[in-house]
Amino acid sequence: MSNSNIKKWYSDNFRQFEKLVESDSFNSLRKEALSKFELTEFPTKKDEEWKYTSISPILKHEFVPSPLSKKETSTISSIESFKIPNLDVHLLVFINGIYSKEFSNIGNLEEGIIIDSLFNQLKSNSDFINQYLSKKETIENSFSLLNTTFAYDGYVIYIPKNKIVNKPIHVLNIAADELSKPLIQPRNLIIAEQNSQAEIISEYVGKDKVENFTNIYTEISVDENANVRFYKVQNESDAAFHIDKTEIVQKDSSVFNHFSLSFGSKIARNDFNTKLDGENIELHLYGLYLGNDDQHIDHHTFIDHAKPNCESNELYKGILDDKAKGVFSGKILVNKIAQKTNAFQSNKSVLLSDEASIDAKPQLEIYADDVKCSHGATVGKLDEQAYFYIRSRGVPAEAARSMLIRAFVDDVISEINIEEFREKINHTIFEHLHREEF
Amino acid sequence: MIKIKNLHANVEGNEILKGIDLEVNAGEIHAIMGPNGSGKSTLANVLAGHESYEVTDGEIIFGDQNIIEMDPDERAREGLFLAFQYPIEIPGVSNSVFLKTALNEIRKHQGKEEISAKEFLELIKEKTEILGMDNSLISRSVNQGFSGGEKKRNEILQLLTLNPKLAVLDETDSGLDIDALKIVAHGVNKFKNENNAVILVTHYQRLLDYIVPDFVHVLYKGKIVKSGDKNLALELEERGYDWIIKEQPVSV
Repeated sequence: MSNSNIKKWYSDNFRQFEKLVESDSFNSLRKEALSKFELTEFPTKKDEEWKYTSISPILKHEFVPSPLSKKETSTISSIESFKIPNLDVHLLVFINGIYSKEFSNIGNLEEGIIIDSLFNQLKSNSDFINQYLSKKETIENSFSLLNTTFAYDGYVIYIPKNKIVNKPIHVLNIAADELSKPLIQPRNLIIAEQNSQAEIISEYVGKDKVENFTNIYTEISVDENANVRFYKVQNESDAAFHIDKTEIVQKDSSVFNHFSLSFGSKIARNDFNTKLDGENIELHLYGLYLGNDDQHIDHHTFIDHAKPNCESNELYKGILDDKAKGVFSGKILVNKIAQKTNAFQSNKSVLLSDEASIDAKPQLEIYADDVKCSHGATVGKLDEQAYFYIRSRGVPAEAARSMLIRAFVDDVISEINIEEFREKINHTIFEHLHREEF
Repeated sequence: MIKIKNLHANVEGNEILKGIDLEVNAGEIHAIMGPNGSGKSTLANVLAGHESYEVTDGEIIFGDQNIIEMDPDERAREGLFLAFQYPIEIPGVSNSVFLKTALNEIRKHQGKEEISAKEFLELIKEKTEILGMDNSLISRSVNQGFSGGEKKRNEILQLLTLNPKLAVLDETDSGLDIDALKIVAHGVNKFKNENNAVILVTHYQRLLDYIVPDFVHVLYKGKIVKSGDKNLALELEERGYDWIIKEQPVSV
């Protein structure tokens, strides 16, 4: 399938899709995005930002925008295996990108807090929602335009001033359609107003063998003095394709902890862009990517230190086995006025096989003169002295390697402050690597 | 217990051990002393099977088998234990999980059943008491954030829990104050009985005030150049190593 044919495929699908949504208030933006999409080429390895990731395998498939796929193939009988054991949450469930009232359990919310699907909000609360949707500055590409063109559902989390969400919000996006190839395009919105607090777990999972293409667009606002912890988990099937673009804006004295925990899919590309648009902001970006077989996992992060006196800390770690490839590109921009900036970045990868590889590209662009910035990238094997130590106690080689893997991921995992969720992630790590869990 | 015959070993192409002969029987404590760079730590690591060291000649007969070709974990399951000079931190793996995994591997090798959770806790309680260790330490990650003394004590906790046939202690006294040294020595003395053996690798005599050796060997340039009883250690304390070195033939 050529590049222009696949664009035509999506344009043609829009004619049908539009019948489902033409009355809603977002439709003019969809149409605008479609016309831009038609004029834009998909990125290739010639584009600097896509140098290490070829998306051509994604363009070979005719994915069906999920509201158009056949209902009977899009079902699931139980979501139990995807839940976080023993953890009480506000649960939102999406099956193939469409909100499932049946499986969701949002529970009671304090007055003013919104935890809902975009589909519902566009119907019942559109004036309010449209103030926030598509308002972030961003560099559009074919994928973000495709998302806007077919924007249909996703999650909306709105926490008004001074409110604290009393338990974690768990969003489960389940790719369940084994027959048609669903194009799942969550359009997500998080607004944490002044002095508000929330913990959000946004998880993308899939049944085995589902050949879905998930193309996410998430906008997050963390206003003055708000504190948000956001955990993204990607554990879709190994036949899936996954693209995520997240735009974050932080205001004065806010604290934002972002985690990207990436396990599944054949090709995964994440773009996390954060603008520190205020003073005394604290940002932590944590990442963990685990690849095996021929998985390709790409993280691009961009931190824009726009104002003085802010701190960003970034720690990304990866374990790559078999023929898996990792990409880490971390860009930090410190504007001329952003004096007293502290920006620290670290990227460490362990290669478990000779055929695994990582492309690491840290980039610091500093225009202010009174700053503390550092970056470091290391690639290596598991610590040999520690390996000897563990084995010298009688622990066999494979179990010793598993312990070393646990040790390697510890400084990311230990930052997860929800114990039940941390245990689930620990379990996922070893399950993904087919190893004994420690 | 162990017979080391004509042991030669290289690290990165340099010959460090140049023909070691040493026999240690059950019930004995042997101290290996020597100046810096004499090959003491290399000997300890070679016995435990460190892969950075290449054995080029000789035999290590442990029990009734040559263990030269054995991996470090196989040697440990056969009953050999090395207390490290610099114990390693393993973040995210608790002491308890680590020790239980190791103990069960050794028990499995001995044809015993896995230890029950209750028995394990009792065992650990008993051993931590010997060492005056806080019981909460067992749930912390292996050596993570431990002080130098706590790390050494933790090595001895592992020794007592795994209860090997032969314990090789590599500079266990280094970096310890006198109180910590006494506790560590107490642990080793509790371990010691007529059916097991200890090889103490140490630079200084002071550990030997608390763990009394049956034999003292001086290692110099990769060879044992003098052996004696505990009085040799005292003499070394007094006179240093120079007099022994001067007794050596000049190599051509």
